[in-house]
Parts: sequence; structure tokens; C-alpha cells
Amino acid sequence: MTPSDVRLQSFPPDGLPDPFGPEPAVIRAVEPETPGVATFWLELQDAGRQAAYRCEPGQFNMLLVPGVGEVPISISSASGEQPGIGHTIRFVGTVTRVIERLRPGDVLGLRGPYGKGWPLEQARGQDILVVAGGLGLAPLRPVIRMLLARRSEYGRLLLLYGARQPVDLLYHREYAGWEQQGLAMLVTVDRADATWTGRVGVVPTLLGRIDFDPTRTIAFICGPEIMMRFTVYELLARRLAPGRVFLSIERNMQCGVGLCGRCQLGPYFVCKDGPVFAFNRIGRFVNQEHF
Amino acid sequence: MPMSGGVPPLGRTVVLNKPDLGPILDRLWQAGYTVIGPTIAQGAIVLDEVRRLDQLPIGWTDEQEGGTYRLKRRADGAYFGYVVGPHSWKKYLFPPQLSLFTLRRTQDSFQVQPNQEPVPRYAFLGARSCDLHAIEIQDRTFLYGPSVDPHYRARREGVFVIAVNCSQAAPTCFCTSMQTGPKAERGFDLALTELPDAFIVEVATPRGADLLAGLPYREATGEELGAAARVVRDTAASMKRRLDTRDLPELLYNNLEHPRWDDVAKRCLSCTNCTMVCPTCFCHGIEDVPDLDGQRAERVRLWDSCFNPAHGYVAGGLVRPDIRSRYRQWLTHKLASWIDQYGVSGCVGCGRCITWCPVGIDITEEVAAIRGSGGHEAVERSGAGASQPEGSR
Repeated sequence: MTPSDVRLQSFPPDGLPDPFGPEPAVIRAVEPETPGVATFWLELQDAGRQAAYRCEPGQFNMLLVPGVGEVPISISSASGEQPGIGHTIRFVGTVTRVIERLRPGDVLGLRGPYGKGWPLEQARGQDILVVAGGLGLAPLRPVIRMLLARRSEYGRLLLLYGARQPVDLLYHREYAGWEQQGLAMLVTVDRADATWTGRVGVVPTLLGRIDFDPTRTIAFICGPEIMMRFTVYELLARRLAPGRVFLSIERNMQCGVGLCGRCQLGPYFVCKDGPVFAFNRIGRFVNQEHF
Repeated sequence: MPMSGGVPPLGRTVVLNKPDLGPILDRLWQAGYTVIGPTIAQGAIVLDEVRRLDQLPIGWTDEQEGGTYRLKRRADGAYFGYVVGPHSWKKYLFPPQLSLFTLRRTQDSFQVQPNQEPVPRYAFLGARSCDLHAIEIQDRTFLYGPSVDPHYRARREGVFVIAVNCSQAAPTCFCTSMQTGPKAERGFDLALTELPDAFIVEVATPRGADLLAGLPYREATGEELGAAARVVRDTAASMKRRLDTRDLPELLYNNLEHPRWDDVAKRCLSCTNCTMVCPTCFCHGIEDVPDLDGQRAERVRLWDSCFNPAHGYVAGGLVRPDIRSRYRQWLTHKLASWIDQYGVSGCVGCGRCITWCPVGIDITEEVAAIRGSGGHEAVERSGAGASQPEGSR
């Protein structure tokens, strides 16, 4: 038997689903969130597939507008949440600007979920520090919901959240409920308006207002890269181990399954190895400008 | 000992008259293969369908250097007296443009219609060792990674390969540094070594043996085997270019701010040529091609390049906004992070990126500069490698 025979016989089995093929998903509801941002609640058209759909907080789906294109959107709902699979979308690109015009009953393509989410198992029994900037709260919303649903399994739960302006604060309808269920929240805005009576300043400044025990705290961070960088510096300076700091990274993801190469970050494909990474794995690469 | 007439035993090495490559071509076409091989077009030796022997660049050779490629007549009538051109087999296994499927609008939804075009069964004639390694490297991306690409798989499985051991090296070749040649060690059905008036043929698979059935071949003599071994040994020994691969991933990761990146960024045009001719580069994008009536949209996969600004586009802007960061991405991926991702380097030493770079940027020189030594010094230091051409990966 020669090597080339061996190789030919070890080919992976035929008949695997096309990893690029979308499934039709119906828009069940559209919730306006902030200027230029809304949450689209989708349900797979095939009822059986919808019933079987499971996802982990921090994963994402590829959403397709036939004839226009496909975009990766993080899942902002918890598994099984009603009225479907939630996607909080900012209308900034070719595809999302078309999605903006869609209404309940319209159909999109969906494939997923993809990627590795937040390490909720590892975080059990720990104090959880969630730090989010702007739309970065979207992939953390299911984390907050799951932490609160199992409130007794975790220690202190603290959310630091900031947005550019008060009108940009996501999910503000839910804050009171979260606080009632045992989440402590500090909120800030970069720029106040006449209605704002809260804190002003960028998100990392909130860290100066809190105490945490680095031996039992795990941090989940998502937001603009610059905000994440300064947040991580501050946390590490305060003795939080890099392995306890988790970030959700944004890159250009086109296939979602580690084939297209567009989302590379050093040795990683963000779509399949992330988008959530422990800082000790990616620190040397995310600190490198334009890498 | 004559063996003509039957099926040669596996693992044997036989002698075949050169013109008997003709009947082999015929048999492959008759068996349903689309035979791809070297041929002359666009002033270069490119890969295309080959039906007759006279379509091969018999009696031609190529002259290559950084940013330079010229065809030239040979003094002899060698069939394979040249090295690799701008094309690689990648364009058949991973086509530059491929329709994945079509979305067809229905009353309240859409349907996914798979691309029904039949996939050709390919026979590759004249594949060099570096390119066979490149195919194995792309297998790791498309077949043995976290997900299987069915489109690649359909083309790759069952490819018939007739390899050719290189009888000369271009000044741009450095396969000995990457331990990918010049002798083909695996991944073929038959491997040819060209002598002045015959091919020495290694029979590696049953279907390779079947292909020779009834042809007037004979078992190679010890002298002929020695001559064939000398061909690849001389090719290896003549290879001038070197890439010092010692601790390469760490060298590059530790030098992400090296001034050489600024230097190469001044020369690089970000034209993407290196990634297009590279036999292992796999980056791609997927685009929608809608019909005018809005009823159908094709999803089309297209080669992309990390030298295109939009390769790393995210809503906030470009991940790699300048040439410096894009060249650094290409080089560190090829030589460092590829090893993290797939366990092997992404470079096979074929030299295409050097030849086809319009400004002659040389990957080996860039690495040598980062290593803190000039290219020539590096040649001297690792010159001993020339006597070990057949290293295994």
C-alpha cells in the first residue's frame, strides 16, 4: 500500500451538508433599540429545526439577504428565548442597511451557530465582571440572562457599561429587572445630554470605582478594540490573571467555519477558535497594532 | 528483464520510451479523466488541458528571477526541461471562481439549489514535488480541518497524478530549504524522471500500474536507477536560494515591529500577485450574484488575498489599513501561524511569489533581513543543506 492510496481512502465521508448553505428564517419581531440599531427576532421556517436550535452565549450566526450578501451577527438571546433567535444589528454596511428595511414576516437566510462563546462553566462559583462598550453589550446580553437565571451558582455579578451618548445605551428597558435579580450596574456615557444625570467618561474609567477580588473574579469584555485594550491593561495592573480575562474579538468572517481565512488573528481563526478568547492566548496579537 | 505486456508490479521502477507518454494520455482521456498538464500560452508555461504530446512544452525552458520570467528554446528535446510557471494545480481543486449554490425565491421563502455542474475527474500530468506538497497542505485546510469543504473534496478525491521529478532548478527555487523536493516522495500514481532518451517511471498505485499495461516498458537497470537518482541529486545541489527555517515562527512573532516591514512596504505594490500564484494560499470571499429579475441569486466563491484592503474589513474600518500590515500578515501567516494552524509551513519553496512579484520582492531575503543577516550570508551558512535533498517532512 502506497501513501497515495492511504490518503485517498482516508477522505472524509461524502454527503456532508454544504457548510455554506443557509436555512430560511422568518422575522418574528423587530424591536428598535437605539438610533440605527434594532433587534431582529428570527425563527427557522422549519419548525423541527427551530425546536432543535441551540446556541451558547457568545456565539454568532451568519445572516443572509439573498442577492445582497451575508454578515456575521452575534446572538443576543439565550437559547430557547422567545420570540426566537435575537440579533441586535447596527445598520452600517450594504447588507445590514437592507436588513433595516425588513419587517416581520420577511425571510432571511440563517446558518449557525458558530464559534466558541463565554466560558460560563469555568466561571461557576466566581465573581463575574462584565465590561461592555456600545453594541458590545449584544453578545453579553445572553450571558447576563444566564447568570441571573442561575444566580445562586455565581458570586458577585457586576456590569460596567458605557455608550457614546445616553440614547445609545442598549437594552435600557431591561436594566431595572437585571438589578432586581442581583446584577450590580455602573453605566457611563462619553457625552452627556440635557437628560443625563449619570456618569460621564469612557468605560475603563468605571474600573476605578469598583473593588474586585482578583483571586475569584472572571472578566468578560466586549466593545471597541481600544476600549477593550484599556480595560485589559487596567485589570491586569490590578492583578487579575490574563487567563481570567475573556474578550470577544471582531474580525471579517465570511464562512464562519475556518475556511475562508478572512478572520485570522495570528494563529487563530476568530470564527472557529473564538470569537471569545482568554487574554493569555491572544494578548501578544491583539496588542499589536493592525495585526 | 523485459516486463512489457502485462501490468507492472507495484513499487517497481520501469523504463518507458518518451513517446509512449502519448498512449498514456489517450488512456487517461478514454478512462474519463480531464488531463491537465503544462503547455505554452500567454508567453509562459501554464497549466491547461493536454490531449496530445505536442501540446507539452517539449524543447522549451523558462528563465526565472525575481520579477522576471522568460521562455527560451532548449538545445535538446526535453519534455519537462523547465520548472513551475504562474499556475498551480490549486486552480483546479480550488477554482478561482466557483458557484456554490443558487438561492431561488419561492412564494414565502427561498430554496437552496446545489450547483449541479458535474465535477471533472482530473489527471495531473507533470506535477512537481513542491506542488504535491502544496496539495497536501491545502488538503489540511479544506479536508482535515474543523469542517470539510465539499466542493474541494469533490475535485480532490480520485485525482490521478503523474509526478515529474525536477531535472533542473530555477534561481527562484528553494524546495530543499522547505524539504519539499526536488524528488516527489508521495501523493502520486506514477512518478517520472526524465533521462535524455527515456523516462524512469516509479509505479506507486494499482491504477498507475494498470495505466502501463500492455505498453513496451521494461524494468530499469541499476545503471538507469543510478542515473535517475543523479538527476534529482544534481538538481538539489544546483539550488542556490535558501530559506533558513530555524525557529521561524518565534523569529517572526518576536519581530512584528521590525523596521524591515516598513522597508518592504515601500517596495510592495499590494498587487496580490504573490497570493494568486502561491499554490497554498486559500483565502477567499463569498459573494452574491443576483439575477436581474430578483428571483435567483448565486452564491459565488472567489479567491481573495490578504493584500486586498477589504480582506480584513469590519464595520469599524480595515483591520490592516496599510501595506506594511498586509505584507506582515502574508509573511507571518505563510511561515509562522500556518504551522500553528496546520502543523506545517505554508511555504513549499516553489519560488512563484518571487518570480511573479512585479518588483521582485523575495520572501527568502525578507526573512534573512529580519534574521539580521544578508541573503548571501544565509546562503553560505546553510549551504550544507544542498547535500540532503530528500528530507522528509
